Amino acid sequence: MLSESDLTALWITLKLALVTTLVLLVLGTPLAWWLSRTRWRFKFILEAIIALPLVLPPTVLGFYLLIALGPQGPLGSMMQVFGGQPLAFTFTGLVIGSVLYSMPFVVQPLQSAFNAIGDRPLEVAATLRASALDRFFTVAVPLARPGFLTAAVLGFAHTIGEFGVVLMIGGNIPGQTQVLSIAIYDHVEVMEYSQAHWLSGGLLLMSFLMLITVYALNRRFTVVQP
Amino acid sequence: MTIQARFHIKRQDFTLDVDLTIPSKGVTAIFGHSGCGKTTLLRAIAGLETSHKGFLQVDDMIWQDGKYCLPPEKRALGYVFQEASLFTHLNVEKNLQYGLKRVPEQDCKVSLDQAIDLLDIRHLLERRADQLSGGERQRVAIARALATSPRILLMDEPLSALDMMRKQEIMPYLESLHDELKIPVLYVSHASGEVARLADHMVLLDQGRVMATGSIDDMLTRLDLPLAHGDKAAALIHATVAGHDNDYDLTYLDFAGGRFSVSHKDLPINHPVRLRVIARDVSLTLEYQTHTSILNIFPAIVEAMTPEGKSQIVVKLSLNGVPMLSRITRKSAALLQLSPGKQVYAQVKTVALLS
Repeated sequence: MLSESDLTALWITLKLALVTTLVLLVLGTPLAWWLSRTRWRFKFILEAIIALPLVLPPTVLGFYLLIALGPQGPLGSMMQVFGGQPLAFTFTGLVIGSVLYSMPFVVQPLQSAFNAIGDRPLEVAATLRASALDRFFTVAVPLARPGFLTAAVLGFAHTIGEFGVVLMIGGNIPGQTQVLSIAIYDHVEVMEYSQAHWLSGGLLLMSFLMLITVYALNRRFTVVQP
Repeated sequence: MTIQARFHIKRQDFTLDVDLTIPSKGVTAIFGHSGCGKTTLLRAIAGLETSHKGFLQVDDMIWQDGKYCLPPEKRALGYVFQEASLFTHLNVEKNLQYGLKRVPEQDCKVSLDQAIDLLDIRHLLERRADQLSGGERQRVAIARALATSPRILLMDEPLSALDMMRKQEIMPYLESLHDELKIPVLYVSHASGEVARLADHMVLLDQGRVMATGSIDDMLTRLDLPLAHGDKAAALIHATVAGHDNDYDLTYLDFAGGRFSVSHKDLPINHPVRLRVIARDVSLTLEYQTHTSILNIFPAIVEAMTPEGKSQIVVKLSLNGVPMLSRITRKSAALLQLSPGKQVYAQVKTVALLS
């Protein structure tokens, strides 16, 4: 069965996924909204940057993050100036890495949900005296609800499954940055197959159930577009 | 009170360049072929389409003056889109309340109940927007716009997405709107039948420019405009029910130029009606014919004539001041020696009651 440290890893994983999803929804919603409405001709560049984690080896992203967040890196040294710790090998560092890594899984479903609404309902709301912010919250968000569900579940599930980025910047510190996927790797390394089975099977089931929920609830939305 | 609108809007393959003054009462039809800029003009008035060159005043309110441009939500207008665009995440009642809630209380002149009754949608309030028929959706959309007590109602071909049956279903509501509310309406359409039935004034657009504006009766019969030409050319006549003949089952309709006899219509005495007389259905004689099956014969004076194609002529008549069109052959005109000022008799073969 699961050991104490496995349970801790499970808890850290869930906490990381939850925090990452919340941060992504808060940051990703305005970003996706802006991307779906702007007529800026170079928006494709930004879209490509957001989609990068889909194709990039996670270790590459992790490597650059490690440098940026470490004591000599721009973010890490900035933290030290303000009297904090470098972010590498901390939970906060993990959250930053996960947010970047799972960004496309949140922004893309939201953007396609906002695109699907079209201009018309928002124009209607404008002629019914609703200001831009009012229109966003009373028309765009409710109409994009399936997109929000997809974004939240995919962001959460994808964060739970991440390995490479976490390994690079988290450093596998039990109780602080050791997440499930790395715990499984450790078990396999020392031939503890039965514990690896438990964790892997659990992760597989959980991921499957979450995806089933998304696909069942909104069949008409594209989940992730390359 | 008037609506003054000056817009210069450039789009990729199209320029809208208009300078208009429209009376801010009754129904003004914005008429023209598709692609002539009708919808763009309406959207510019709503503030949905903007350009830095423009001026818009509705009664005493200035909505745009160059770069000063109120956003749509700050303009007291109602807009009915071509396809009913109800919010699918709200039921009918919530749709109706959406605009109403956002209007300051002192500006509420039309009550929700009034709008609901006028469009006869009380039985639909609990329904979801996607459970309504096309006609019902459009009625809800109109009521939703009315419930904001707009100072002007903009309608962009509200019937064009509906089939003939639904059009017939919704027309009476549009007419009652016209009769019961004092809200001026701008009605975009390319269907002359709709326009003749509903409008009081008309703006004729062609390729982004205003070709002519005026009262609907004049515009339909002006020989210099395309409306008076072609098979659909027709005059609009305002008449009132004068009486009924029970023996022959007829109804008499009086207008300034005389009395029409039409087959019985179940309408009260003095009820106003609109009649449409198609130019092809009006023939001319020099003497009053007694031995004829045609009942509707009126003395008229030839006002103007213009050729139509090689063989035909459109004659504009004045029936005691009421304009009417007649389309006859050029040969007939020559035989009758028609010329402006000549006294003739107009024989009207068929007449259509519009309301």
